[in-house]
Amino acid sequence: MNLLDVPINQSVRIVTYSGGKGVSFKLRQLGLCPGKEVKILRYAPMGGPLMVDAGGRSVAIGRGIAARVQVEVI
Amino acid sequence: MRIGLIGQPNCGKSTLFNQVAGYKAETGNFSGTTVTFIESQVRVLGSVVDVVDLPGTYTLAGTNPAEREVIKYLTSNAVDVVINVLDASHLSLGLAMTVELLELEIPIVIALNMMDEADRIGIHIDVEMLKNMFDVPVIPMIASKGRGIQPCFVQAVQVGQRNQKPKPPSYSHDIESSLTLLERELEAVESYLNPRALAIKLLEGDQSLIDQVLSQKPEILKDLRSIQDELTHSRGKTTDWIINEERTKLSDQVAQQVIRQGKRNITFRDKLDDILLHPIIGYIGLIIILYLFFQGVYTFGGWIEAPLMDFFAQFEVWLVSRFGGGEGILSQILIGVIQGISGGVAIVLPYLVPFLVGLGILEDVGYLPRIAFLMDSLMHKIGLHGKSIVPFILGFGCNVPAIMSTRILEDKRERFISAALSTLVPCAARLSVVFGLVAFYLGPGLALAIYLFNLFVIALTAKILSKIVPDTSPGLILEMPVYRVPTLRTVFSKAWWRIREFIVEAWPLLIVGSVVLAILNYLNVAIFLNTLVRPFSWVLGLPHEVGVPLIFGVLRKELSLVMLGQALGSMEFSTVLTPVQMITYAVFVVFYIPCLATMIVIRKELGGKAMWLIVAMTTVIATIAGLFARGLAELFF
Repeated sequence: MNLLDVPINQSVRIVTYSGGKGVSFKLRQLGLCPGKEVKILRYAPMGGPLMVDAGGRSVAIGRGIAARVQVEVI
Repeated sequence: MRIGLIGQPNCGKSTLFNQVAGYKAETGNFSGTTVTFIESQVRVLGSVVDVVDLPGTYTLAGTNPAEREVIKYLTSNAVDVVINVLDASHLSLGLAMTVELLELEIPIVIALNMMDEADRIGIHIDVEMLKNMFDVPVIPMIASKGRGIQPCFVQAVQVGQRNQKPKPPSYSHDIESSLTLLERELEAVESYLNPRALAIKLLEGDQSLIDQVLSQKPEILKDLRSIQDELTHSRGKTTDWIINEERTKLSDQVAQQVIRQGKRNITFRDKLDDILLHPIIGYIGLIIILYLFFQGVYTFGGWIEAPLMDFFAQFEVWLVSRFGGGEGILSQILIGVIQGISGGVAIVLPYLVPFLVGLGILEDVGYLPRIAFLMDSLMHKIGLHGKSIVPFILGFGCNVPAIMSTRILEDKRERFISAALSTLVPCAARLSVVFGLVAFYLGPGLALAIYLFNLFVIALTAKILSKIVPDTSPGLILEMPVYRVPTLRTVFSKAWWRIREFIVEAWPLLIVGSVVLAILNYLNVAIFLNTLVRPFSWVLGLPHEVGVPLIFGVLRKELSLVMLGQALGSMEFSTVLTPVQMITYAVFVVFYIPCLATMIVIRKELGGKAMWLIVAMTTVIATIAGLFARGLAELFF
């Protein structure tokens, strides 16, 4: 499953992500690495980004990118 | 001695800098780049040291140009010691960069900032243990309240004087043996990094460093590849991931040892996002906040502008009367100088100052990224991202701060498009033309129609521009920092630096431009100017006299109304212009070439090429929009 399939307030673990170097670099910068736990905090309406909690830091992620982040339920 | 401040975004680094820096702080660029830093002199223990506030970065990867500049700067002998500012409430994330800094083996002091915030969320940090684990000085700090700053700088000066280098972090066994192999080969290689750090970056696959090393020692490539392959094979992932994993493992280990998580007090701040990012209330809040911001800037600017303009107008009359009635070249030049000065003092600064203070507050509170979150999907529909909404809104007040605010956008393409579009937003000066001409003579309904038409043209232009310059950014990935109460000192210092940039760099050009136009006026080149603009005025069905007011309108947009009266010989516009001409003229003025101050700021922020592109673009748009308005208006009048 990817990050978009996760309901609000559910904690998941990042397995892997696909996509260009730019995406993985930025995700990694913000501490969203495979193996890390994230929790979905909220979705912006009308196909907007989602907000996740990653190690105590809130990060907004566009849906295009979120779709590429594979996660597993803990 | 020079001390570098480094830390991740939102760690309170600029608060710390502003607490110690004087008003004479200087902004600078890393040579040959647009990556900026701020430097100031600070008195520590009776001696003066330079403190450099480096750009906030999450990592120190050489693959990112800005981060590479930071690494180069740190490892050159420019900096004697760095203060690594960490947000104690997000310690484990910040420590990842500390590990990277330790690799560089430069003298370092850790400032554990925001201890109060960590307390609030129930995080207790064992400072002694952190000190021992990294074997570097660690000083707890609350920069916003001025606590811990003095000891931190004293410690930094001592560490710098002793040139006390930290031990580099050690990694897993297989990595260490690979590094030893590489280091041996790199001994004779010249680099700004120490051999071990260089080996790590090569292993990571930093292409620019690999090229640099290969130019000195080509035979190393084979060994590097075989070491990389071996690691990739045994660990089942690429080496850049392995190194990243090693660093995170280490920082996580340290974090786990030193952090004790206690009870977290949920306060109002934690719930604020439930309101401000609510699917419905959030947008109402956004409209209210932006309306208050805009209204605040506009009202404040208006208070200051009107009396100042009166003063300058009287001063000009008085001065001209002393210099022979305004016909001589000298008095014309004087008028030009005064108009240039008053343009800066009375028109731009009254809006720029409250705007920069307001923007600073929104920035420091942490609301700007929330705007991006809320507006992302809507702005995507015209090919832009959420944050681009800010320049648009500001553009209604004055285009100069709008252009400046494009700095909050990271992407160059995004900055250019937003800047180009915000010049199409009718600022307060152009509002006076629309109202003075169209609303006054033809009714407010038509003025509103022009505004709606303007929004339509902006959306259309955005669509076209985003097709021409395709979006390469993968999408939004943005930290939403914790809400904070901004410190006045930081807000005002930041505003002051930006205002000073305007005064020093843009204003002199504005005065020169005014003088040139004044001389043109003296040389009586009205016929020449009118002929120059004739292709446009002819196509749009306007009288040929509009050339002069349009050209002077580039200097200051309200002149395109004031001087229109002079050019046509009557301020009673209904006697000299048809309704169709009024509408066409107003529409053309709304869109054509940005004013001189705006052009100068565009050149400064985005370069000369961007400025000319925007000038050309706005001319084309203004002509097409004017033609369209003329055609439409002729159907009704």
